[in-house]
Amino acid sequence: MARSSTIPARAGVGLKAQHYEAVLDGRPDLGWFEVHAENYMGAGGPPHHYLTRIRRDYPLSLHGVGLSIGGAAPLDEAHLARFKDLAERYEPGLVSEHLAWSTHNDIYFNDLLPLPYTNETVVRVSDHLERMQDVVGHRVLLENPSTYVTFRESTMSEIDFLKAVVKLSGCGLLLDVNNVMVSATNQGTAPEAYIDSFPLEHVGEIHLGGHAREDDDQGNTLLIDAHDRAVDDAVWRLYDRSLARGGAKPTLIEWDNDLPDWETLYSEARAAEQLLEVRKISGRVPPLAKRRRAHVAAG
Amino acid sequence: MSPQADSLAALQQAFSAALRDAAQPVPAPIAVGAEGPAARGFDVYRNNVAVSLIEALEAAFPVVLRLVGADFFKATARAYIAEEPPRSPVLLLYGRGFGDFLETFPPAAGVPYLGDMARLEWAQLYAYHASDAAPLEIDCLSAVPPAELGSLCFVLHPSLHLIRSRWPVVSLWAASGGAADETDIDMKSGQEAAVIRPALKVETRLLPPGGHDFIADLMEGATLGAAAERAVERDPAFDLAVHLQGLFEIGAVTALLPSGPDTQTLQ
Repeated sequence: MARSSTIPARAGVGLKAQHYEAVLDGRPDLGWFEVHAENYMGAGGPPHHYLTRIRRDYPLSLHGVGLSIGGAAPLDEAHLARFKDLAERYEPGLVSEHLAWSTHNDIYFNDLLPLPYTNETVVRVSDHLERMQDVVGHRVLLENPSTYVTFRESTMSEIDFLKAVVKLSGCGLLLDVNNVMVSATNQGTAPEAYIDSFPLEHVGEIHLGGHAREDDDQGNTLLIDAHDRAVDDAVWRLYDRSLARGGAKPTLIEWDNDLPDWETLYSEARAAEQLLEVRKISGRVPPLAKRRRAHVAAG
Repeated sequence: MSPQADSLAALQQAFSAALRDAAQPVPAPIAVGAEGPAARGFDVYRNNVAVSLIEALEAAFPVVLRLVGADFFKATARAYIAEEPPRSPVLLLYGRGFGDFLETFPPAAGVPYLGDMARLEWAQLYAYHASDAAPLEIDCLSAVPPAELGSLCFVLHPSLHLIRSRWPVVSLWAASGGAADETDIDMKSGQEAAVIRPALKVETRLLPPGGHDFIADLMEGATLGAAAERAVERDPAFDLAVHLQGLFEIGAVTALLPSGPDTQTLQ
């Protein structure tokens, strides 16, 4: 059975159980799918049944949400082993995780918690990414976070932090444009400036999703990375701005809560494809080489 | 460990403690944000953690949720999460202890079968994600020489889970979905059931009297002969043929191990 692993510079969709049947019945014209790795770490059952069938027809991206890459403690080796098994089983074209922590003292918080941007955190995050890349056997794309607080002890910008981690660990980046919008709004900075200074040459994938907006009685706006609605117009504009400079990249529509029907989700992906089409003429797609660090070290 | 490593660990210690306890102040290293007081931003994390885990429990225990209502469920889930937070980033089976928790949670005492209902729903969740295996048909027994039937061991389906309740928990579960009439349920009679996923769909099957203990013995590796003997000791009217038929019908047997004692450790 020939199945392609390479993720094209097209639109993909985050795969949800509610859409398994629609995808298998309709075989929509779509570049690829992404799944949250942790949702497929059960022993068997319908999740693996459907993902196996969908994987036969589409390339797959494996997106980790629970490794706690930014945790102070060493990575959970049992969880890494599960991730590796999953990667071997489904042969993903892309593997990604978050610049965040989620586990402390063995308690899992099920949220992507923020980090101070210091030299020491650069080293810690890079060490963990190197370990993940060694075990899983893929270059990992690290995603910029949605943040709701900042830390006094941070000594560098998020972008300088990400650049330093790329240099030290050899990882790539996943640019979540909605997260850019959310964090910039929450911190009172310009999202356009963030996009303009992002090292797009290291970006292997882009995420687009919807956010919620909360205005308090002082007129302060807080954006929340809710993934519960369509992509905001401002996020589409930022996305196109990144395409104009960095060219077409594999682009994912994330919609995790208050799920719409398949057609609505698919139309979001089509909207991304239209913007991608225009940029493909000038855009360059970075090589998504599978890393084999152990072999490099041996040679 | 370097001083800096200690500082990241210390920050995450303070952050997690404040996440788990709303009475604690926002951790000191957090700067005041442009969106207003730092507490507002920090509360997003507090809320994300609580809501995402409550939603995981709501998805896992839809009938308990229906029985107690949304507000009661949320408050109960919060208390459970505080007592038994997830210890793994894989949340697929989170809530294993929810039934036991409900039984000792005083506000839930008014619905005495709630704990059993949660255990039934967790068994269904477990079966959903359990390993796959193909069930055997009962015909496979005809290939076994009659003299060897008694020393036969069964490998049972990895998704199989037994339920025993002093309440008609399976009937109540079925009625909550509107599939049966609640007024017909005899609240004085207990029920025993097997939860299993022979293919893609999780099935919940009522067991005839004696079935629970008979299958439990087989699950523990007893030979067919020993399990049947014990069943008859418990109830002289135990009909092995009926129970064997039922066991194969629900798809519970996935392999036969020819000789008992030597292979009992195989699971």
